[in-house]
Amino acid sequence: MIDELSNPDIPVPDELKASVTITTLDKIYNWSRRSSIWPMVFGLACCAIEMICTAASRFDISRFGMEVFRATPRQSDLMIVSGTVTKKMVPQIVRLYNQMPEPRYVIAMGACASGGGPFKEGYNVVAGIDKYVPVDVYVPGCPPTPQALLHGLIKLQEKIDSQSLRDVRWYKSETNEPVPVPVLGPDLMDPRQYQLIKQRALQAAAQAEA
Amino acid sequence: MSATAPTVAALPANLAEHFPAGVVADTRKGYEGYVVGAAQLLQVAGAIRDKLGYNYLSSVTGVDYPESNQIEVVYHAYKTSGGPGLNFKVQADRNDPVVPSLVGLYPGAEFQEREIFDMYGVRFDGHPDLRRILMWDGFAGYPLRKDWKEPFFEEDLKPFASRWPGGDVRRSEELDPFGANVQYPPEFDPYEWTPETETAIYKLIQPKAGNGNGGHLKTDKLIVNIGPQHPSTHGVFRMVVVLDGETVVDLKPVMGYLHRNHEKIGERNTFLQNMPYTDRLDYLASMSNNHAYALSVERLMGVKVPERAEYLRVLMVELTRICSHMWAIGFLLNDLGAFQTPALYAIKERELILDLFEATAGSRMMCNYMRFGGVSRDLPAALRDENTMDFLRDLVNNRLSYAIDELDRFLTNSEILRSRCIGVGVLPAEKAIAYSAAGPLLRASGVNYDLRRADPYSIYDRFDFNVCTRPNGDVYDRYLVRIDEMRESVRICQQVVAGMPTGGEILAGKPQYNVRVPAGESYGRVENPKGELGFYVVSTGKTNPWRYHVRAPSFVNLTLLGEVCKGHKIADVVVILGSIDIVLGEVDR
Repeated sequence: MIDELSNPDIPVPDELKASVTITTLDKIYNWSRRSSIWPMVFGLACCAIEMICTAASRFDISRFGMEVFRATPRQSDLMIVSGTVTKKMVPQIVRLYNQMPEPRYVIAMGACASGGGPFKEGYNVVAGIDKYVPVDVYVPGCPPTPQALLHGLIKLQEKIDSQSLRDVRWYKSETNEPVPVPVLGPDLMDPRQYQLIKQRALQAAAQAEA
Repeated sequence: MSATAPTVAALPANLAEHFPAGVVADTRKGYEGYVVGAAQLLQVAGAIRDKLGYNYLSSVTGVDYPESNQIEVVYHAYKTSGGPGLNFKVQADRNDPVVPSLVGLYPGAEFQEREIFDMYGVRFDGHPDLRRILMWDGFAGYPLRKDWKEPFFEEDLKPFASRWPGGDVRRSEELDPFGANVQYPPEFDPYEWTPETETAIYKLIQPKAGNGNGGHLKTDKLIVNIGPQHPSTHGVFRMVVVLDGETVVDLKPVMGYLHRNHEKIGERNTFLQNMPYTDRLDYLASMSNNHAYALSVERLMGVKVPERAEYLRVLMVELTRICSHMWAIGFLLNDLGAFQTPALYAIKERELILDLFEATAGSRMMCNYMRFGGVSRDLPAALRDENTMDFLRDLVNNRLSYAIDELDRFLTNSEILRSRCIGVGVLPAEKAIAYSAAGPLLRASGVNYDLRRADPYSIYDRFDFNVCTRPNGDVYDRYLVRIDEMRESVRICQQVVAGMPTGGEILAGKPQYNVRVPAGESYGRVENPKGELGFYVVSTGKTNPWRYHVRAPSFVNLTLLGEVCKGHKIADVVVILGSIDIVLGEVDR
């Protein structure tokens, strides 16, 4: 980045070289965002322990400008879903995601958050948080080592680098609809599936009669 | 006493004579203890507690036997003076199971009975607060019953035919009409459905308007929810607190936000497949979870663990204890408001220990290290560019003691720590025993009860170490007990490193993926960093356990949280929770 700033493609007069640099707005915008991603203080399970280790002295997440863990979604840029997502917990996670302001990013840390992991068959387990909120980076591992998480964070930085002010969704005129919060009924219910649930339940009842 | 020796006593001859009508010895093959009639249960349990002296109810759990149409509730009681325990059972009709509640005699049964109600639908007569505990109110079905199947159900037992030998795997989502792990009762209509809101819990602790400030000013009480997403709850745990000003009037823990169905999955797994799952219970102490599970299955199998493996086990378990206590102290300080910095110091040495685990077992946290009859791998030759034994000697003789002394020097006499911790969250000894508290929580109340001494397992009887107790039972004493215990663990590690036999086998017999375990029941327990961790395993002689229950110390220790917090300020609730030191993976399982 520094190299690019000191050697832009557009010629700068010699007398101005010390004080002027030329770059694109996108680059400055993305550079500042990627270097100050504030994650949310949000631990679910075992992976949260490795997340804490990533933030601790040995691995030192602050090298990437990400050490400012915020305890409120309103001030967070990044949600690291670190652990098994259960049916009982998923309404809260979706609500937290809805409360984060744009631009916001989600990392699914570990096997459970990515796809259910070893607990996928469990009756109280959601097989991956991407069934409810959009995920930017998946970090494999059970749990991922701090190095793996850092690799995921670098991948997220690369993703931010590739975005452009012209087409990012948070500057579009249409408003972002919040993700419908799942409901705890006889089982977890996605409000988007109510019609399907009703239909299937009637079919099942008809089958039972026949 | 060797690792495979039974921990449950021969029958005290007089119990069946005392109650000729209600008590019979359990004569099924491989089973121990007594079967008590439901009508006599309260009377018998009272005698067991008061006349026989089994004052500590360790575990309560259910087992489903659809063939005899019965659900059995199994109790394991022990004496805090040490020695083997007593195991008694009540059988209830599966169609309408009702069992008298033992909460009046052993308050520590409260959450465990609620769990049985949640999982099996057993109603406990006289229980003060019989609601679901791990699942939410309104969930359809009792999941641990053998005939209840989850939507992603594939087969009764593993290994599944789709994985082995055929290997034709399909994503479970493709088999489910909703593309998710959900199912609904027939004729269920979400549009007509009214939610079972959480009125039950709020009704229980309904605040009454009172007169604060010495009775002159009329004040309202306030309900505050702390969690499930809150930085101070050590995970996804929720406390519903009734406040009068800043003073806690009542507190109800709400859990299950990390309920990952260990037991249901565990009963489908083969015996060995459960080993990596035990890592994920108390994920700060995976080695000692392995140990407890290995012990309980080894009891059924009757294997003798080789000498070097016993030493390796004790070494790993004690290092785990140091890690876990370091973590507990670091985050207790976090809860006190010393945000992050003390925790950074406390978990610094943990990284060294994790390096040893990673080099030995292959993973930093989820070690999956122990096997039935030994351990999976020997120590590596070198570690961090050093001979492993040199590294270990330096670790246990110098570095760890130095780190513990450093914590001690910075914290123990800190004025802030003392004024926030002394006299806060006091738990008297009798109450600690009655509520089945375990681990540092129990010993900080002055009860000299450490399973490594009270009911020795593995090779702990060979080592010289003290059981650490403190008399006051407050947060400060719990902190001190943890510091003391780390020092004792270092002493044990020093003796292990000095006395470990070089070479020799580390696993009895040849490694087997699919062991057939003789029929019977077994309760193996160890002193985990958080307290008494027990595994209740029932085998039918096949390769998969019929029942796999985890007696989790964090879960049972939470039973008294509400009791201990009453009367304190809300900021102290966070500290008291931190001093109990829970891990949600184990609370919710």
